Amino acid sequence: MARAKVSRKSTAIDMTAMCDVAFLLLTFFILSAKPKTQDPVTADPPASTANFAIPENDFSTITVGQGKAYFNVQGADVRIQTLKQMGDKYKIAFTPDEEKAFANTESFGVPMNVLKQFLNLPSAQKNDYKQPGIPVDTTANNELSDWVHEARIADKYLHNTTLQIAIKGDSREEYPTIHKIISSLQKQKVNKFSLITTLKSK
Amino acid sequence: MAELDTSGGGKKGGGKVRSKKQSTRVDLTAMVDLAFLLITFFILTTTLQKPKAMDLVMPDKDEKTKEQLPVKESTTMTILLGSGNKLAWFVGIPGKTPPTIDGYGKNALRKTLIEQAQKIKATTGEDMMVIVKPSDKSTYKDFVSILDELNITGIQSHAVVAITPPEIGMLKDNNLY
Repeated sequence: MARAKVSRKSTAIDMTAMCDVAFLLLTFFILSAKPKTQDPVTADPPASTANFAIPENDFSTITVGQGKAYFNVQGADVRIQTLKQMGDKYKIAFTPDEEKAFANTESFGVPMNVLKQFLNLPSAQKNDYKQPGIPVDTTANNELSDWVHEARIADKYLHNTTLQIAIKGDSREEYPTIHKIISSLQKQKVNKFSLITTLKSK
Repeated sequence: MAELDTSGGGKKGGGKVRSKKQSTRVDLTAMVDLAFLLITFFILTTTLQKPKAMDLVMPDKDEKTKEQLPVKESTTMTILLGSGNKLAWFVGIPGKTPPTIDGYGKNALRKTLIEQAQKIKATTGEDMMVIVKPSDKSTYKDFVSILDELNITGIQSHAVVAITPPEIGMLKDNNLY
């Protein structure tokens, strides 16, 4: 008796559709991923139940860690305008290259007198450069206050909106440092600002 | 690799030599593997939790504004932030009632806030006003915790004010400074 032959079928599966889906998802994740902004200092924000998302534009962050302040404003155009105004104020002329370098710098913390030197550093050295923080003295030398002020003017001028200012402080930071920053903001009548926190449950 | 050879061998001998038709199918398994590997990588590296912001409104410091309403002492609760994650609070004028030492969190400060708000509402019929006075020894975390508890308990009228020397003395008496 002849045995019924089982026809051997190919085990190959058509992978084309799966491949399509996989790459579609991959493209989505790559495009939605935002490069992590590297802060010059590790600031671990405290947790709170506040649940307001941070806006993407017209937003400025003051990072505080280890007693030092770092400044950042969103948007390359606002950054360049702010730098130009700061240059006018401190009588420092910045070249277009330096402006471009500044537009690509996220958070920075160097005093005005070394800012030019800092911007001319190659990007590899920039990360290693130990930034001393922006001076926030309550007396005359309050550069952070000037930065915030110029950024507000620049944002109003370019986008005609009010710049939102946020403080991103480290949980272990002592209150006097935060107080110095809050009072320099209040001096220019910024009485409403945000504190960046991580989300926790009640 | 993933495809078994199911063509039953070539015919032997005879006839014209035909050029063998090559399959146009490419094995995509490896490519799919790679794609999913990258997807996994991107999913894991994307920060799922974006940081959130808490709004803070400070009282206007401008000396010119004289239109300040006096606050009743009986409805104010003052919270002094001390060192070591501890706080001291009292209701009314400083010095009249001894401050109570409390901690932060669900079972400590939140309970106190709710209790005191109810008590003040019952006795005076007005809402409680909370004055937060952070001392130099308190941390930023304490400050945020207080504001957060005030938001949770829904106490609308609160203000952050600078601490005064007698109040620092009060903290010192309780070893919180």
